Amino acid sequence: MMEKMIFGRFIPGNSFIHQLDPRSKLVFTFIFVIIVFLANNSITYGLLLAFTLFVILISKIRLYFLVNGLKPVIILLLFTFLIHILFTREGNVLLDLGFLKIYEGGLRQGIFISIRFTVLVFMTTILTLTTSPISITDGLEVLLNPLKKLKLPIHELALMMSIALRFIPTLMDETDKIMKAQMARGSDLGSGPIKDRVKAVVPLLVPLFVSAFKRAEDLATAMEVRGYRGGEGRTRYRRLKWDAKDTICIISLVLLTALLIFFRS
Amino acid sequence: MDIKLQKVSYAYSVGTPFEKFALFDVDMEIPSNTYHAIIGHTGSGKSTLLQHFNGLLKPTKGIVQVGNRTIEAGKKAKDLKPLRQKVGIVFQFPEHQLFEETVLKDIMFGPMNFGVPEEEAEKRARKGIRQVGLPEEVLAKSPFDLSGGQMRRVAIAGVLAMNPEVIVLDEPTAGLDPRGQKEIMELFYRLHKERGLTTILVTHSMEDAAKYADRISIMHEGRCVLTGTPREIFSDSETLKKYRLEVPRIVKFQKKIEEMIGKPLSKICLTEEELADEVARVVKERERA
Repeated sequence: MMEKMIFGRFIPGNSFIHQLDPRSKLVFTFIFVIIVFLANNSITYGLLLAFTLFVILISKIRLYFLVNGLKPVIILLLFTFLIHILFTREGNVLLDLGFLKIYEGGLRQGIFISIRFTVLVFMTTILTLTTSPISITDGLEVLLNPLKKLKLPIHELALMMSIALRFIPTLMDETDKIMKAQMARGSDLGSGPIKDRVKAVVPLLVPLFVSAFKRAEDLATAMEVRGYRGGEGRTRYRRLKWDAKDTICIISLVLLTALLIFFRS
Repeated sequence: MDIKLQKVSYAYSVGTPFEKFALFDVDMEIPSNTYHAIIGHTGSGKSTLLQHFNGLLKPTKGIVQVGNRTIEAGKKAKDLKPLRQKVGIVFQFPEHQLFEETVLKDIMFGPMNFGVPEEEAEKRARKGIRQVGLPEEVLAKSPFDLSGGQMRRVAIAGVLAMNPEVIVLDEPTAGLDPRGQKEIMELFYRLHKERGLTTILVTHSMEDAAKYADRISIMHEGRCVLTGTPREIFSDSETLKKYRLEVPRIVKFQKKIEEMIGKPLSKICLTEEELADEVARVVKERERA
Protein backbone atom coordinates (compact mmCIF):
# COMPACT_ATOMS: atom_id res chain seq x y z
CA MET A 1 0.00 0.00 0.00
CA MET A 2 2.78 2.35 0.96
CA GLU A 3 5.13 0.96 -1.62
CA LYS A 4 4.03 3.46 -4.25
CA MET A 5 5.31 6.49 -2.35
CA ILE A 6 8.05 8.23 -4.24
CA PHE A 7 8.26 11.40 -2.19
CA GLY A 8 11.68 11.97 -0.68
CA ARG A 9 13.13 8.95 -2.39
CA PHE A 10 16.82 8.84 -3.16
CA ILE A 11 18.00 7.02 -6.27
CA PRO A 12 21.63 6.02 -6.02
CA GLY A 13 23.69 6.73 -9.09
CA ASN A 14 27.00 7.98 -10.33
CA SER A 15 26.14 10.90 -12.57
CA PHE A 16 27.74 14.33 -12.51
CA ILE A 17 24.90 15.57 -10.33
CA HIS A 18 25.20 12.65 -7.93
CA GLN A 19 28.89 13.34 -7.45
CA LEU A 20 28.42 16.97 -6.51
CA ASP A 21 29.00 18.05 -2.94
CA PRO A 22 25.69 18.43 -1.09
CA ARG A 23 26.69 21.97 -0.13
CA SER A 24 26.98 23.11 -3.72
CA LYS A 25 23.73 21.37 -4.61
CA LEU A 26 21.90 22.97 -1.70
CA VAL A 27 23.24 26.43 -2.46
CA PHE A 28 22.52 25.90 -6.13
CA THR A 29 18.91 24.85 -5.57
CA PHE A 30 18.32 27.63 -3.08
CA ILE A 31 19.63 30.34 -5.40
CA PHE A 32 17.93 28.76 -8.41
CA VAL A 33 14.57 28.95 -6.66
CA ILE A 34 15.15 32.69 -6.26
CA ILE A 35 16.47 33.52 -9.73
CA VAL A 36 13.56 31.70 -11.37
CA PHE A 37 11.61 34.84 -10.51
CA LEU A 38 13.95 36.99 -12.61
CA ALA A 39 12.53 35.50 -15.79
CA ASN A 40 9.82 37.59 -17.41
CA ASN A 41 9.88 36.96 -21.17
CA SER A 42 10.14 34.14 -23.69
CA ILE A 43 13.94 34.21 -23.89
CA THR A 44 14.47 34.04 -20.13
CA TYR A 45 11.82 31.35 -19.58
CA GLY A 46 13.29 29.45 -22.50
CA LEU A 47 16.68 29.69 -20.85
CA LEU A 48 15.35 28.33 -17.56
CA LEU A 49 13.60 25.47 -19.32
CA ALA A 50 16.66 24.58 -21.39
CA PHE A 51 18.89 24.72 -18.34
CA THR A 52 16.56 22.45 -16.35
CA LEU A 53 16.34 19.95 -19.20
CA PHE A 54 20.11 19.93 -19.40
CA VAL A 55 20.39 19.21 -15.67
CA ILE A 56 17.83 16.39 -15.97
CA LEU A 57 19.82 14.96 -18.85
CA ILE A 58 23.11 14.84 -17.00
CA SER A 59 21.50 13.59 -13.78
CA LYS A 60 20.41 10.45 -15.67
CA ILE A 61 17.16 10.41 -13.70
CA ARG A 62 14.27 8.84 -15.52
CA LEU A 63 11.54 11.33 -16.34
CA TYR A 64 9.06 9.07 -14.56
CA PHE A 65 10.25 10.19 -11.13
CA LEU A 66 10.15 13.84 -12.00
CA VAL A 67 6.67 13.64 -13.38
CA ASN A 68 5.69 11.80 -10.24
CA GLY A 69 7.13 14.63 -8.19
CA LEU A 70 4.93 16.96 -10.17
CA LYS A 71 1.74 15.04 -9.35
CA PRO A 72 0.96 16.75 -6.03
CA VAL A 73 1.08 20.21 -7.62
CA ILE A 74 -0.61 19.36 -10.89
CA ILE A 75 -4.00 20.65 -9.75
CA LEU A 76 -2.43 23.88 -8.52
CA LEU A 77 -0.64 24.13 -11.84
CA LEU A 78 -3.79 23.69 -13.91
CA PHE A 79 -5.67 26.08 -11.66
CA THR A 80 -3.17 28.92 -12.03
CA PHE A 81 -2.92 28.26 -15.74
CA LEU A 82 -6.68 28.61 -16.12
CA ILE A 83 -6.84 31.70 -13.93
CA HIS A 84 -4.26 33.41 -16.08
CA ILE A 85 -5.85 32.37 -19.32
CA LEU A 86 -9.30 33.48 -18.25
CA PHE A 87 -8.56 36.69 -16.42
CA THR A 88 -5.54 38.32 -18.08
CA ARG A 89 -6.68 40.84 -20.66
CA GLU A 90 -3.62 41.81 -22.69
CA GLY A 91 -2.70 41.76 -26.34
CA ASN A 92 -4.77 40.38 -29.19
CA VAL A 93 -7.83 38.24 -28.75
CA LEU A 94 -6.95 34.70 -29.79
CA LEU A 95 -10.31 33.07 -29.27
CA ASP A 96 -13.69 34.69 -28.92
CA LEU A 97 -16.49 32.51 -27.64
CA GLY A 98 -18.73 35.42 -26.87
CA PHE A 99 -19.07 34.87 -23.15
CA LEU A 100 -15.32 34.53 -22.74
CA LYS A 101 -12.34 35.86 -24.61
CA ILE A 102 -8.91 34.38 -24.51
CA TYR A 103 -6.16 36.92 -24.94
CA GLU A 104 -2.64 36.41 -26.21
CA GLY A 105 -1.24 37.89 -23.00
CA GLY A 106 -3.27 35.48 -20.89
CA LEU A 107 -2.02 32.46 -22.78
CA ARG A 108 1.55 33.70 -22.51
CA GLN A 109 1.26 34.36 -18.79
CA GLY A 110 -0.35 30.95 -18.24
CA ILE A 111 2.46 29.19 -20.04
CA PHE A 112 5.12 31.22 -18.20
CA ILE A 113 3.69 30.43 -14.79
CA SER A 114 3.42 26.74 -15.67
CA ILE A 115 7.06 26.72 -16.75
CA ARG A 116 8.02 28.41 -13.51
CA PHE A 117 6.19 25.79 -11.47
CA THR A 118 7.52 22.85 -13.42
CA VAL A 119 11.09 24.10 -13.31
CA LEU A 120 10.93 24.67 -9.55
CA VAL A 121 9.47 21.27 -8.83
CA PHE A 122 11.89 19.50 -11.17
CA MET A 123 14.95 21.14 -9.68
CA THR A 124 14.01 20.47 -6.06
CA THR A 125 13.02 16.90 -6.93
CA ILE A 126 16.37 16.38 -8.60
CA LEU A 127 18.05 17.55 -5.42
CA THR A 128 16.31 14.94 -3.28
CA LEU A 129 16.54 12.21 -5.90
CA THR A 130 20.30 12.55 -6.34
CA THR A 131 21.38 13.34 -2.78
CA SER A 132 21.07 10.84 0.03
CA PRO A 133 19.19 12.19 3.04
CA ILE A 134 22.33 11.83 5.12
CA SER A 135 24.35 14.05 2.80
CA ILE A 136 21.57 16.61 2.70
CA THR A 137 21.61 16.93 6.47
CA ASP A 138 25.42 16.94 6.52
CA GLY A 139 25.44 19.70 3.96
CA LEU A 140 22.81 21.69 5.80
CA GLU A 141 24.65 21.39 9.07
CA VAL A 142 27.82 22.82 7.55
CA LEU A 143 25.98 25.56 5.70
CA LEU A 144 24.07 26.61 8.80
CA ASN A 145 27.17 26.44 10.99
CA PRO A 146 27.59 30.24 11.14
CA LEU A 147 24.26 30.42 12.95
CA LYS A 148 25.85 28.63 15.89
CA LYS A 149 27.25 32.02 16.83
CA LEU A 150 23.66 33.01 17.53
CA LYS A 151 23.41 30.10 19.98
CA LEU A 152 21.12 28.15 17.66
CA PRO A 153 21.43 24.37 18.22
CA ILE A 154 22.39 23.58 14.62
CA HIS A 155 23.95 20.20 15.32
CA GLU A 156 20.88 19.05 17.23
CA LEU A 157 18.60 20.28 14.46
CA ALA A 158 20.59 18.43 11.83
CA LEU A 159 20.58 15.29 13.96
CA MET A 160 16.83 15.51 14.45
CA MET A 161 16.40 15.88 10.73
CA SER A 162 18.54 12.89 9.87
CA ILE A 163 16.81 10.73 12.46
CA ALA A 164 13.41 11.78 11.14
CA LEU A 165 14.45 10.98 7.58
CA ARG A 166 15.97 7.70 8.63
CA PHE A 167 12.72 6.56 10.23
CA ILE A 168 10.32 7.46 7.44
CA PRO A 169 10.64 4.08 5.69
CA THR A 170 10.57 2.23 9.00
CA LEU A 171 7.35 3.93 10.02
CA MET A 172 5.87 3.28 6.59
CA ASP A 173 6.57 -0.42 6.95
CA GLU A 174 5.13 -0.36 10.41
CA THR A 175 1.96 1.40 9.24
CA ASP A 176 1.53 -1.16 6.51
CA LYS A 177 1.90 -4.03 8.96
CA ILE A 178 -0.50 -2.63 11.54
CA MET A 179 -2.99 -1.74 8.84
CA LYS A 180 -2.97 -5.31 7.61
CA ALA A 181 -3.27 -6.71 11.12
CA GLN A 182 -6.33 -4.55 11.82
CA MET A 183 -7.84 -5.32 8.43
CA ALA A 184 -7.47 -9.00 9.25
CA ARG A 185 -9.52 -8.24 12.36
CA GLY A 186 -12.27 -6.79 10.22
CA SER A 187 -11.42 -3.12 10.47
CA ASP A 188 -12.49 -1.32 7.32
CA LEU A 189 -10.10 1.38 6.18
CA GLY A 190 -10.93 3.48 3.18
CA SER A 191 -14.62 2.72 2.82
CA GLY A 192 -17.86 3.80 4.39
CA PRO A 193 -18.90 7.25 5.61
CA ILE A 194 -16.28 9.75 6.83
CA LYS A 195 -17.23 9.21 10.49
CA ASP A 196 -16.44 5.50 10.27
CA ARG A 197 -13.23 6.17 8.44
CA VAL A 198 -11.99 8.55 11.08
CA LYS A 199 -12.86 5.95 13.69
CA ALA A 200 -10.92 3.32 11.77
CA VAL A 201 -7.78 5.44 12.05
CA VAL A 202 -7.61 5.07 15.84
CA PRO A 203 -6.63 1.37 15.79
CA LEU A 204 -3.90 2.41 13.37
CA LEU A 205 -2.53 5.48 15.11
CA VAL A 206 -2.39 4.19 18.68
CA PRO A 207 -0.10 1.23 17.95
CA LEU A 208 1.95 3.43 15.63
CA PHE A 209 2.55 6.03 18.33
CA VAL A 210 3.30 3.39 20.92
CA SER A 211 5.94 1.81 18.73
CA ALA A 212 7.39 5.17 17.67
CA PHE A 213 7.88 6.19 21.29
CA LYS A 214 9.39 2.85 22.11
CA ARG A 215 11.72 3.15 19.16
CA ALA A 216 12.75 6.68 20.16
CA GLU A 217 13.55 5.51 23.66
CA ASP A 218 15.58 2.56 22.38
CA LEU A 219 17.47 4.82 20.01
CA ALA A 220 18.26 7.34 22.74
CA THR A 221 19.55 4.57 24.98
CA ALA A 222 21.63 3.07 22.19
CA MET A 223 23.18 6.47 21.42
CA GLU A 224 23.97 7.17 25.03
CA VAL A 225 25.47 3.74 25.54
CA ARG A 226 27.81 4.43 22.65
CA GLY A 227 28.92 7.66 24.27
CA TYR A 228 26.98 10.28 22.35
CA ARG A 229 27.25 13.63 24.09
CA GLY A 230 26.06 16.06 21.43
CA GLY A 231 28.03 17.85 18.74
CA GLU A 232 30.80 19.25 20.93
CA GLY A 233 34.19 18.11 19.63
CA ARG A 234 32.65 15.54 17.35
CA THR A 235 34.65 14.58 14.26
CA ARG A 236 33.14 13.35 11.02
CA TYR A 237 33.32 10.02 9.31
CA ARG A 238 31.92 11.35 6.04
CA ARG A 239 33.99 14.35 5.03
CA LEU A 240 32.48 16.76 2.56
CA LYS A 241 34.84 17.51 -0.30
CA TRP A 242 34.58 20.53 -2.54
CA ASP A 243 36.16 19.92 -5.92
CA ALA A 244 36.25 21.29 -9.46
CA LYS A 245 32.79 19.93 -10.27
CA ASP A 246 31.26 22.00 -7.51
CA THR A 247 33.02 25.11 -8.72
CA ILE A 248 31.71 24.42 -12.22
CA CYS A 249 28.23 24.04 -10.79
CA ILE A 250 28.40 27.40 -9.01
CA ILE A 251 29.95 29.13 -12.05
CA SER A 252 27.12 27.83 -14.24
CA LEU A 253 24.69 29.27 -11.75
CA VAL A 254 26.39 32.67 -11.86
CA LEU A 255 26.34 32.54 -15.67
CA LEU A 256 22.66 31.66 -15.69
CA THR A 257 21.90 34.54 -13.35
CA ALA A 258 23.87 36.94 -15.54
CA LEU A 259 22.07 35.76 -18.68
CA LEU A 260 18.69 36.08 -17.00
CA ILE A 261 19.44 39.63 -15.89
CA PHE A 262 20.78 40.51 -19.32
CA PHE A 263 17.84 39.17 -21.30
CA ARG A 264 14.98 40.09 -19.01
CA SER A 265 12.85 42.95 -20.18
CA MET B 1 -12.56 -24.97 4.86
CA ASP B 2 -10.46 -26.27 2.04
CA ILE B 3 -7.85 -23.93 0.71
CA LYS B 4 -6.51 -24.24 -2.78
CA LEU B 5 -3.94 -22.09 -4.57
CA GLN B 6 -3.52 -22.48 -8.30
CA LYS B 7 -0.49 -21.01 -10.04
CA VAL B 8 -0.45 -18.03 -7.72
CA SER B 9 2.13 -15.34 -8.48
CA TYR B 10 2.46 -12.06 -6.68
CA ALA B 11 4.47 -8.95 -7.51
CA TYR B 12 5.02 -5.89 -5.36
CA SER B 13 4.77 -2.39 -6.88
CA VAL B 14 3.26 -3.56 -10.15
CA GLY B 15 3.72 -1.00 -12.88
CA THR B 16 6.63 0.88 -11.32
CA PRO B 17 10.37 0.41 -11.82
CA PHE B 18 10.42 -1.25 -8.39
CA GLU B 19 8.21 -4.13 -9.55
CA LYS B 20 9.39 -7.31 -7.96
CA PHE B 21 7.91 -10.77 -7.94
CA ALA B 22 7.75 -12.42 -4.55
CA LEU B 23 5.78 -15.53 -5.53
CA PHE B 24 5.98 -17.64 -8.66
CA ASP B 25 3.30 -20.14 -9.69
CA VAL B 26 2.58 -21.44 -6.22
CA ASP B 27 0.29 -24.47 -6.12
CA MET B 28 -0.89 -25.57 -2.72
CA GLU B 29 -3.78 -27.55 -1.33
CA ILE B 30 -4.75 -27.48 2.31
CA PRO B 31 -7.77 -29.67 3.13
CA SER B 32 -10.11 -28.87 6.01
CA ASN B 33 -8.96 -29.67 9.55
CA THR B 34 -5.35 -30.27 8.65
CA TYR B 35 -2.36 -28.73 10.35
CA HIS B 36 -0.17 -27.44 7.56
CA ALA B 37 3.29 -25.99 8.15
CA ILE B 38 5.04 -23.73 5.67
CA ILE B 39 8.77 -23.57 6.16
CA GLY B 40 11.45 -21.70 4.26
CA HIS B 41 14.49 -19.53 4.59
CA THR B 42 14.16 -15.78 5.21
CA GLY B 43 12.82 -14.03 2.11
CA SER B 44 11.37 -17.19 0.60
CA GLY B 45 7.92 -15.61 0.24
CA LYS B 46 6.23 -17.23 3.24
CA SER B 47 4.81 -14.02 4.65
CA THR B 48 3.63 -12.82 1.25
CA LEU B 49 1.92 -16.14 0.70
CA LEU B 50 0.00 -16.13 3.96
CA GLN B 51 -1.57 -12.75 3.22
CA HIS B 52 -3.34 -14.37 0.27
CA PHE B 53 -5.35 -16.66 2.54
CA ASN B 54 -7.71 -13.86 3.63
CA GLY B 55 -7.47 -11.51 0.71
CA LEU B 56 -5.08 -8.96 2.21
CA LEU B 57 -3.11 -9.43 -0.97
CA LYS B 58 -4.61 -10.27 -4.31
CA PRO B 59 -2.68 -12.59 -6.60
CA THR B 60 -1.06 -10.89 -9.59
CA LYS B 61 -1.64 -14.13 -11.48
CA GLY B 62 -3.53 -17.29 -10.57
CA ILE B 63 -6.45 -18.26 -8.38
CA VAL B 64 -6.89 -18.47 -4.62
CA GLN B 65 -9.79 -20.55 -3.34
CA VAL B 66 -10.79 -20.49 0.32
CA GLY B 67 -13.91 -22.50 1.07
CA ASN B 68 -16.46 -21.36 -1.47
CA ARG B 69 -14.80 -17.99 -2.01
CA THR B 70 -12.60 -17.51 -5.06
CA ILE B 71 -10.19 -14.66 -5.58
CA GLU B 72 -8.88 -14.47 -9.08
CA ALA B 73 -6.14 -12.30 -10.52
CA GLY B 74 -7.44 -9.39 -12.55
CA LYS B 75 -10.95 -9.58 -11.11
CA LYS B 76 -12.35 -7.21 -8.50
CA ALA B 77 -12.58 -8.83 -5.08
CA LYS B 78 -15.52 -7.24 -3.30
CA ASP B 79 -16.63 -7.55 0.29
CA LEU B 80 -13.83 -9.59 1.78
CA LYS B 81 -15.23 -9.31 5.31
CA PRO B 82 -16.88 -12.74 5.46
CA LEU B 83 -13.61 -14.27 4.28
CA ARG B 84 -11.59 -12.33 6.85
CA GLN B 85 -13.93 -13.50 9.60
CA LYS B 86 -13.41 -17.12 8.62
CA VAL B 87 -9.64 -16.85 8.22
CA GLY B 88 -7.93 -15.41 11.28
CA ILE B 89 -4.31 -14.36 10.91
CA VAL B 90 -1.97 -14.08 13.86
CA PHE B 91 0.79 -11.90 12.47
CA GLN B 92 4.36 -11.80 13.66
CA PHE B 93 4.56 -9.88 16.92
CA PRO B 94 0.76 -9.60 17.13
CA GLU B 95 1.08 -7.54 20.34
CA HIS B 96 1.84 -4.57 18.08
CA GLN B 97 -1.79 -4.45 17.01
CA LEU B 98 -3.21 -3.77 20.49
CA PHE B 99 -4.71 -0.32 20.86
CA GLU B 100 -7.78 -0.23 23.09
CA GLU B 101 -8.04 1.12 26.65
CA THR B 102 -8.77 -2.28 28.12
CA VAL B 103 -7.92 -5.82 27.19
CA LEU B 104 -11.62 -6.65 27.05
CA LYS B 105 -12.34 -3.96 24.47
CA ASP B 106 -9.36 -5.00 22.39
CA ILE B 107 -10.44 -8.62 22.24
CA MET B 108 -13.98 -7.51 21.35
CA PHE B 109 -12.71 -5.32 18.50
CA GLY B 110 -12.48 -8.19 16.01
CA PRO B 111 -15.86 -9.83 16.63
CA MET B 112 -17.68 -6.47 16.77
CA ASN B 113 -16.21 -5.50 13.41
CA PHE B 114 -17.85 -8.61 12.00
CA GLY B 115 -21.21 -7.65 13.43
CA VAL B 116 -21.26 -9.83 16.54
CA PRO B 117 -23.50 -8.25 19.24
CA GLU B 118 -21.75 -6.74 22.25
CA GLU B 119 -22.88 -9.34 24.79
CA GLU B 120 -21.80 -12.21 22.61
CA ALA B 121 -18.44 -10.51 21.94
CA GLU B 122 -17.87 -10.08 25.66
CA LYS B 123 -18.73 -13.73 26.27
CA ARG B 124 -16.19 -14.73 23.64
CA ALA B 125 -13.57 -12.44 25.19
CA ARG B 126 -14.04 -14.07 28.60
CA LYS B 127 -13.76 -17.50 27.05
CA GLY B 128 -10.80 -16.48 24.91
CA ILE B 129 -8.76 -15.02 27.73
CA ARG B 130 -9.05 -18.26 29.70
CA GLN B 131 -8.18 -20.29 26.61
CA VAL B 132 -4.90 -18.45 26.22
CA GLY B 133 -4.12 -19.08 29.87
CA LEU B 134 -4.65 -15.67 31.44
CA PRO B 135 -6.87 -14.87 34.47
CA GLU B 136 -10.09 -12.94 33.82
CA GLU B 137 -8.86 -10.01 35.93
CA VAL B 138 -6.58 -9.08 33.03
CA LEU B 139 -9.63 -8.05 31.00
CA ALA B 140 -10.02 -4.82 32.96
CA LYS B 141 -6.38 -3.79 32.57
CA SER B 142 -4.83 -1.69 29.85
CA PRO B 143 -3.04 -3.91 27.34
CA PHE B 144 0.01 -1.64 27.63
CA ASP B 145 0.44 -2.53 31.32
CA LEU B 146 1.00 -6.19 30.52
CA SER B 147 4.26 -8.02 29.96
CA GLY B 148 5.33 -8.89 26.40
CA GLY B 149 4.24 -12.51 26.74
CA GLN B 150 0.86 -11.55 28.17
CA MET B 151 0.33 -9.00 25.39
CA ARG B 152 1.00 -11.71 22.83
CA ARG B 153 -1.64 -13.91 24.48
CA VAL B 154 -4.16 -11.09 24.52
CA ALA B 155 -3.56 -10.45 20.82
CA ILE B 156 -4.05 -14.14 20.08
CA ALA B 157 -7.27 -14.13 22.10
CA GLY B 158 -8.39 -11.20 19.93
CA VAL B 159 -8.02 -13.32 16.80
CA LEU B 160 -9.61 -16.39 18.39
CA ALA B 161 -12.64 -14.34 19.46
CA MET B 162 -13.51 -13.90 15.78
CA ASN B 163 -14.30 -17.64 15.79
CA PRO B 164 -12.33 -18.32 12.62
CA GLU B 165 -12.47 -21.66 10.86
CA VAL B 166 -8.96 -21.29 9.55
CA ILE B 167 -6.15 -19.87 11.61
CA VAL B 168 -2.93 -18.69 10.02
CA LEU B 169 0.07 -18.29 12.31
CA ASP B 170 3.10 -16.29 11.25
CA GLU B 171 5.94 -17.22 13.58
CA PRO B 172 3.68 -17.02 16.60
CA THR B 173 6.48 -17.72 19.08
CA ALA B 174 9.15 -15.31 17.83
CA GLY B 175 10.79 -13.48 20.70
CA LEU B 176 9.25 -15.53 23.50
CA ASP B 177 11.19 -17.48 26.11
CA PRO B 178 11.39 -21.27 25.56
CA ARG B 179 8.64 -22.02 28.03
CA GLY B 180 6.31 -19.42 26.53
CA GLN B 181 7.08 -20.80 23.07
CA LYS B 182 6.09 -24.29 24.09
CA GLU B 183 2.92 -23.08 25.83
CA ILE B 184 1.78 -21.10 22.82
CA MET B 185 2.44 -23.95 20.40
CA GLU B 186 0.59 -26.39 22.67
CA LEU B 187 -2.27 -23.93 22.92
CA PHE B 188 -2.67 -23.75 19.17
CA TYR B 189 -2.44 -27.49 18.84
CA ARG B 190 -5.15 -27.96 21.46
CA LEU B 191 -7.40 -25.42 19.72
CA HIS B 192 -6.72 -27.12 16.41
CA LYS B 193 -8.03 -30.39 17.84
CA GLU B 194 -10.84 -28.99 19.98
CA ARG B 195 -12.34 -26.56 17.49
CA GLY B 196 -11.54 -28.59 14.41
CA LEU B 197 -9.61 -25.68 12.94
CA THR B 198 -7.60 -25.69 9.78
CA THR B 199 -4.23 -24.45 10.98
CA ILE B 200 -1.50 -22.99 8.81
CA LEU B 201 1.79 -22.43 10.59
CA VAL B 202 4.53 -20.35 9.00
CA THR B 203 7.70 -21.03 10.91
CA HIS B 204 11.47 -21.14 11.03
CA SER B 205 11.40 -23.86 13.59
CA MET B 206 11.84 -27.30 12.08
CA GLU B 207 11.11 -28.75 15.51
CA ASP B 208 7.63 -27.21 15.65
CA ALA B 209 6.89 -28.22 12.09
CA ALA B 210 7.97 -31.79 12.78
CA LYS B 211 6.05 -32.01 16.02
CA TYR B 212 2.68 -30.57 15.09
CA ALA B 213 2.14 -30.53 11.34
CA ASP B 214 0.26 -33.11 9.31
CA ARG B 215 1.85 -31.81 6.15
CA ILE B 216 4.72 -29.48 5.39
CA SER B 217 5.39 -27.26 2.37
CA ILE B 218 8.80 -25.81 1.67
CA MET B 219 9.05 -22.37 0.13
CA HIS B 220 12.21 -21.37 -1.66
CA GLU B 221 12.77 -18.14 -3.55
CA GLY B 222 9.06 -17.57 -4.04
CA ARG B 223 8.25 -21.09 -5.17
CA CYS B 224 6.61 -23.94 -3.35
CA VAL B 225 9.28 -26.56 -4.01
CA LEU B 226 8.20 -29.50 -1.89
CA THR B 227 5.14 -30.73 -0.03
CA GLY B 228 4.80 -33.87 2.06
CA THR B 229 4.36 -35.36 5.49
CA PRO B 230 7.00 -34.41 8.09
CA ARG B 231 8.51 -37.86 7.83
CA GLU B 232 8.89 -37.56 4.07
CA ILE B 233 10.29 -34.04 4.26
CA PHE B 234 12.79 -34.66 7.02
CA SER B 235 14.09 -37.97 5.75
CA ASP B 236 15.98 -36.20 2.98
CA SER B 237 18.45 -33.85 4.61
CA GLU B 238 20.35 -33.32 1.33
CA THR B 239 17.36 -31.74 -0.39
CA LEU B 240 16.67 -29.62 2.67
CA LYS B 241 20.23 -28.35 2.62
CA LYS B 242 19.72 -27.24 -0.96
CA TYR B 243 16.92 -24.97 0.32
CA ARG B 244 19.11 -23.73 3.17
CA LEU B 245 17.07 -25.60 5.76
CA GLU B 246 18.06 -28.19 8.30
CA VAL B 247 16.45 -31.26 9.76
CA PRO B 248 15.10 -30.97 13.32
CA ARG B 249 17.55 -31.50 16.17
CA ILE B 250 15.98 -34.83 17.02
CA VAL B 251 16.58 -36.12 13.48
CA LYS B 252 20.20 -34.98 13.68
CA PHE B 253 20.53 -36.87 16.93
CA GLN B 254 19.03 -39.94 15.32
CA LYS B 255 21.65 -39.74 12.56
CA LYS B 256 24.39 -39.74 15.19
CA ILE B 257 22.90 -42.79 16.88
CA GLU B 258 22.64 -44.54 13.54
CA GLU B 259 26.34 -43.86 12.95
CA MET B 260 27.17 -45.31 16.37
CA ILE B 261 25.22 -48.53 15.91
CA GLY B 262 26.23 -48.77 12.28
CA LYS B 263 22.77 -49.20 10.75
CA PRO B 264 19.74 -47.02 10.12
CA LEU B 265 16.71 -47.19 12.41
CA SER B 266 13.47 -48.42 10.90
CA LYS B 267 11.95 -44.94 10.54
CA ILE B 268 12.67 -41.22 10.88
CA CYS B 269 11.67 -40.16 14.40
CA LEU B 270 10.11 -36.75 14.86
CA THR B 271 9.84 -36.53 18.64
CA GLU B 272 12.04 -37.48 21.57
CA GLU B 273 9.53 -40.13 22.67
CA GLU B 274 9.52 -41.80 19.28
CA LEU B 275 13.30 -41.90 19.15
CA ALA B 276 13.57 -43.29 22.69
CA ASP B 277 11.12 -46.08 21.86
CA GLU B 278 12.94 -46.86 18.65
CA VAL B 279 16.34 -47.01 20.40
CA ALA B 280 14.89 -49.15 23.19
CA ARG B 281 13.57 -51.56 20.59
CA VAL B 282 16.97 -51.85 18.93
CA VAL B 283 18.67 -52.40 22.28
CA LYS B 284 16.23 -55.17 23.18
CA GLU B 285 16.74 -56.83 19.82
CA ARG B 286 20.50 -56.83 20.37
CA GLU B 287 20.15 -58.30 23.83
CA ARG B 288 18.06 -61.08 22.42
CA ALA B 289 20.57 -61.80 19.69
